[in-house]
Amino acid sequence: MTKLQKNKSNNIHILSFPYIIWMAIFIILPLILIVYYGLTYKTGNITFENIFFIFDPINFKALKLSLWLSFISTMICLLLAYPVALILRNTKMKSNSFIVLILILPMWMNFLLRTIAWQNLLERSGVINTLLKTIHLPSLNIINTPIAIVLGMVYNFLPFMILPIYNILIKIDKDIINAAKDLGANNMQTFIRIIFPLSLPGVISGITMVFVPSLTTFVISSILGGSKILLIGNIIEQQFRIGNWHAGSGLSLVLMIFILMSMAILSKYDSGSGGTKI
Amino acid sequence: MTNNKLIDLINITKSFGDNIVLDDLNLYIRENEFLTLLGPSGCGKTTTLRIIGGFETPNTGKVIFQGKNITNLPPNQRQLNTVFQKYALFSHMTISDNIAFGLNIKKKSKAYIYDKIKYALKLVNLDGYDNRMPESLSGGQQQRIAIARAIVNEPKVLLLDEPLGALDLKLRQDMQYELIRLKNELGITFIYVTHDQEEALTMSDTIVVMNQGYIQQIGTPEDIYNEPQNAFVADFIGDSNIINATMIEDKLVSILGAKFPCVDVGFGKNKPVDVVIRPEDIDLVQPEEGTITGVVTSLIFKGVHYEMEVLANGHEWLVHSTDLSPVGSTVGIYVDPFDIQIMNKPESEDEEAVEIEE
Repeated sequence: MTKLQKNKSNNIHILSFPYIIWMAIFIILPLILIVYYGLTYKTGNITFENIFFIFDPINFKALKLSLWLSFISTMICLLLAYPVALILRNTKMKSNSFIVLILILPMWMNFLLRTIAWQNLLERSGVINTLLKTIHLPSLNIINTPIAIVLGMVYNFLPFMILPIYNILIKIDKDIINAAKDLGANNMQTFIRIIFPLSLPGVISGITMVFVPSLTTFVISSILGGSKILLIGNIIEQQFRIGNWHAGSGLSLVLMIFILMSMAILSKYDSGSGGTKI
Repeated sequence: MTNNKLIDLINITKSFGDNIVLDDLNLYIRENEFLTLLGPSGCGKTTTLRIIGGFETPNTGKVIFQGKNITNLPPNQRQLNTVFQKYALFSHMTISDNIAFGLNIKKKSKAYIYDKIKYALKLVNLDGYDNRMPESLSGGQQQRIAIARAIVNEPKVLLLDEPLGALDLKLRQDMQYELIRLKNELGITFIYVTHDQEEALTMSDTIVVMNQGYIQQIGTPEDIYNEPQNAFVADFIGDSNIINATMIEDKLVSILGAKFPCVDVGFGKNKPVDVVIRPEDIDLVQPEEGTITGVVTSLIFKGVHYEMEVLANGHEWLVHSTDLSPVGSTVGIYVDPFDIQIMNKPESEDEEAVEIEE
């Protein structure tokens, strides 16, 4: 490497410094603190008690419910998003980018506002029930139930499933699909053997982007689940609120392990083509 | 090549929006023929191929395959296979799985598929590549896998859409010989699309020259080169001098005011025509021996021959010769009567030759 080239690459490295500092203060340092609090008593002695706090019946139940609701939400998102992405890919219209815009439009509004809006819609004397009442239909009582939480998760995170799948589907060359048909495959065989496997990186990144925030959310569950349904996120939040940083950090570490595990499993199925970013 | 018609395209018209790509095209392809659709981009050659492959449906007209109308049959039910321009290999499958794709769909036995993969890889000289992934292969290798993937299905016809377009010159020439060998070994019909006239001349039994949705000429490579039917074909295939001329009478044509004897008859008297003279057919002789005289204005060494431009009677004549005439020298131009190709002027605007972009 000549001196000139070396200087040039050094210059480029300098540009990443602001972000590295940001990362150190707001990502690395908090992580270290969580690990420290999670593995110590208030006295500073090392312990695994905060980790094992997850086996407390209430906490364990919350973790199981979180995993289950996140799984359901992710599956619903996948089932809703894939056909939409596929239709968008197949109809090569000029309005495609407009449709995608409509899909991501809710993402530009505040997450809290959207969730509170759903609360207003679903409440016992909320918008939907008032409407149902005026046309003499039985009222809908799903507020403060797991169904309302799943609804909130699907509504908030659906765009994160559609976009990566759509992005990868439009990158599949039409001639790849033509080639499969040319070799005798019908539409179903072409989808199962060619289109779906090629779209897997998008599906994986969509699943990650829906599953992880669903697993960790506490806002959706506290707004749409009332105080009756506790997800693991709510328990962690409570611990920090009452000032027990050690227990909160311990439970966070457990949650982190679940996230890392699910991502490790997912990345096994990602054929290394890098996934897609939105 | 036999005389049996394998594919018959009858009155095919295809338009995309307002753009008419094919206008009343009629063409038949015989069994075991190597037929090339040749023309500049936008001439309708690829659309013709895609209509045969089933990827496009013509607005009007019929596609007859072995006596049966297959116009509306989807591609997966046609007994033909396509080699795509950008290979279109399945990037998530190994080479074996790519080649086996069509056979798996047809539910052939494991042993049969295994033998076919071995056979196909041998045929395209890629023995031992079974478990590689497509992206680890070079462009030329990928293209050969695409061919292998198509031919294991034993199609009656192989459609090739500019398969060598993305390869470099040397590889392209090697692949041309490879394709001719494959064609002879397999004994099936090849329909080949290209804009490269040299490729077409090298490989084809029959060349179909197309322009703006019309067939300009169908013939053997020799016919197309030596007896182009119009100025477009003459200009598109090889270098040529295309000159306005007048047919004075049978076997005598007036080119730029000079009378050249020729062999063509039946054009009538004093009829305006186009004349095509290939640069290698012009003999530069002593000024007093030539039909007309001119001055050499440029001289380029091309390896096999010299390329010269001779200004005579107000026209720059392109001349290829192994003998050199220096710039500024006065030479006589002589053309053997057999080497003068007379063509009717285009009758309609549609047939008019257009500028070639490539």
